[in-house]
Amino acid sequence: MFSTASTTPEKLLQMLAALLLFAAVLGVILFLASRVRGKRSDNWVGYLYLLPVVLLLAVGLIYPGLRTIYESFFDAHGSSFIGIDNYKTLLTSSDQLTVLGNTIIWVLIVPPLATGIGLVYAILVDKSRFESFAKALIFLPTAISLVAASVIWKFVYEYRVDQPNVHQIGLINQIIVWLGGKPVQLLITDTFKLNTLLLIVVFIWIQAGFAMTILSAAIKAIPDEIVEAARLDGVSPWSMFFKITLPTVRPTVVVVLTTIAIGTLKVFDVVRTMTGGNFNTSVIANEFYSQLIRADNQGLAAALAVVLFILVLPIVFYNIRQVRREA
Amino acid sequence: MFGHSGSSRSRVALAGALGVGLVFGLAACGDSKDDSSGSTDTASAGIDCSVFSQFGDIKGKTISVYTGIVTPEDTPQKKSYEPFEKCTGATVKYEGDKSFETQILVRAKAGNPPDLAYVPQPGLLQQLVATGKAVEAPAEVGANVDKWFGKDWKTYGTVDGKFYAAPLGANVKSLVWYSPKQFKDKGYTVPTTLDDLKALSDKIAADGSKPWCAGIGSGDATGWPVTDWIEDFYLRLYGADAYDKWVKHETAFNNADDIAVWNAVGDYLKNDKYVNGGLGDVKSVASTTFQDAGLQILEGNCSLHRQASFYAANFPKGTEISETGDIYAFYLPGKDATTKPVLGGGEFVLAFADRPEVKAFQYFLSTDTWANLKAKASSGWVSANKGLKIENLTNPIDALSAKILQDPNAQFRFDGSDQMPAAVGSNAFWKQATAWITGQDTTTTVNNIEAAWPK
Repeated sequence: MFSTASTTPEKLLQMLAALLLFAAVLGVILFLASRVRGKRSDNWVGYLYLLPVVLLLAVGLIYPGLRTIYESFFDAHGSSFIGIDNYKTLLTSSDQLTVLGNTIIWVLIVPPLATGIGLVYAILVDKSRFESFAKALIFLPTAISLVAASVIWKFVYEYRVDQPNVHQIGLINQIIVWLGGKPVQLLITDTFKLNTLLLIVVFIWIQAGFAMTILSAAIKAIPDEIVEAARLDGVSPWSMFFKITLPTVRPTVVVVLTTIAIGTLKVFDVVRTMTGGNFNTSVIANEFYSQLIRADNQGLAAALAVVLFILVLPIVFYNIRQVRREA
Repeated sequence: MFGHSGSSRSRVALAGALGVGLVFGLAACGDSKDDSSGSTDTASAGIDCSVFSQFGDIKGKTISVYTGIVTPEDTPQKKSYEPFEKCTGATVKYEGDKSFETQILVRAKAGNPPDLAYVPQPGLLQQLVATGKAVEAPAEVGANVDKWFGKDWKTYGTVDGKFYAAPLGANVKSLVWYSPKQFKDKGYTVPTTLDDLKALSDKIAADGSKPWCAGIGSGDATGWPVTDWIEDFYLRLYGADAYDKWVKHETAFNNADDIAVWNAVGDYLKNDKYVNGGLGDVKSVASTTFQDAGLQILEGNCSLHRQASFYAANFPKGTEISETGDIYAFYLPGKDATTKPVLGGGEFVLAFADRPEVKAFQYFLSTDTWANLKAKASSGWVSANKGLKIENLTNPIDALSAKILQDPNAQFRFDGSDQMPAAVGSNAFWKQATAWITGQDTTTTVNNIEAAWPK
């Protein structure tokens, strides 16, 4: 049953078996739960329900996590212990420093800009006549897969030679030509990190819609009484934003910021699709993939995964603390 | 070049070549001079069955074949086995799998290997032999390979002095695409030495256009076409022995010869006077996909494009690919007209069983009989088998490839980056080559690649 299925009926059969197994496990747990009697039965039922989750997390997350940390101290094939050499490479090789630097640029720029754009947009279209249409416009990119978005933007940045019989097919370069300039190799130029910044634009384009949706809901949840009271006091639109709206939606802003920050740290699709990490644009997740799959360097890949984990961790803790404070 | 994507790319290309083959197949029949002499002995599917009697009665037996050759190229493969099946009464069970290269290792290690596997890289062949599950090729097959293939090919099927795998198909990378019509109009001639190639490039540049168009873009495999350039020039400038040492890392990647090779390639790829016809400056070599670059020849924006035989499939339908047509290729010349190093690839038939029927089939695949049967059944396919009759190849590029492979002076070498460890062959080599094109100097480039070599 667990051997490799090659034909469609075999695969369907395997899927059916997996579903049955799931149902059976669920049945056993529910049956056991119904049998629990006694004073503290509620507690026991709770633990029982937690059991599958804890088990699956242990098998699917905690064990692989610990294993990854362990392997990050080994060489390319996981055969000999090399101490912290992989981490040394990450912090000394110029390639890897570029990767770390780029990741930092990403995480410093994307969350504030995406959240900021989402927030401003949400306030601007709030209660306007075309609100739902305007929201749909900015939310649409969120619905596209990251790879598809990257392909679209690759065309936007496309370069064609500056030659009489050749036409630009990239939007940006066509605009540059219309304005009398010469087309630029946008995705290759890394002066002032231009290409990295252009990749960041794509990610912001996608994330702003997400930020806008969540923040718009938070703005709508501001009690009318507060808004009306402020209006009666005659506040200016500026003080309305800074003294009423922003403080009220602050917890939501924090959640959105941190969620986007975690997503940004893990960004992979955009970089891989648009530049493949070439031209000094690689980021940690992309480098992790390259080292594991292409370079066959398991140890360095594990070290990159651990670094990514360490970077994400404080944001997750901060997020949890915020949620707790509100509860 | 590189492992997985490499062979899948050539597969895609071959698939296309089948289509293109239909288009120019007619044209080729038209101007083939030795059409009449071609199909006498091998035209009838009947082959000499008596050769298989040495393997005893294998009627009703089954031979399982596992390979990365999938639709549509699997059809001519299976078709070419039919005469064998008729002769012997044995059945060939063919299994094509796109993820062959990873799965075969798993299957070999798990003790569930096929009878025969078509292995596309010498490196993978060595890994498979190292599992201890593979068996040496029978003496009859060794004799066939001695008879029909060059020594260089036998070497790639040999591990630790023992001969395991006979070559199957082959492809040629040392090709330069050009337009015969344009050459005729402008009075250019096909170069026969490296100096000629340089002189031709200078002449075209002097006539006011960029001679070369190049593109190394290939998603996250960007950079691999440069590796083929470097390998081709290494073979030409320093010979096959030095090349072998460099591939095996017996000489450092940043040795003096290597730096000279990169600079020689740089004289073409990083030369503003030579590149990049219709595509931009030197940097556009990095941003143009390898599929797109050569098409500029059709636009008249450039004259020369170095790429493997599979590139034929990239030209749009209706393009006449022939010695006098819109597009054709010439052999990337050696240092002088007599030395002919050939860079390329191919598959090798590795056995995991030594039953008589498996031996018989291995024997069949290593004969000139099979090579000719296969040639007739397909387009976009060629073998290094010297018994392959060129007139049986309907596709002009196949015929050219076969001629290059069969040249008595030809010295075949397998793609080097395919044999280097993954950290170099499919990572650092590509990445550093790309950085080199966009401005990094040669010394830094080769030093970085040397540093990436697993210790």
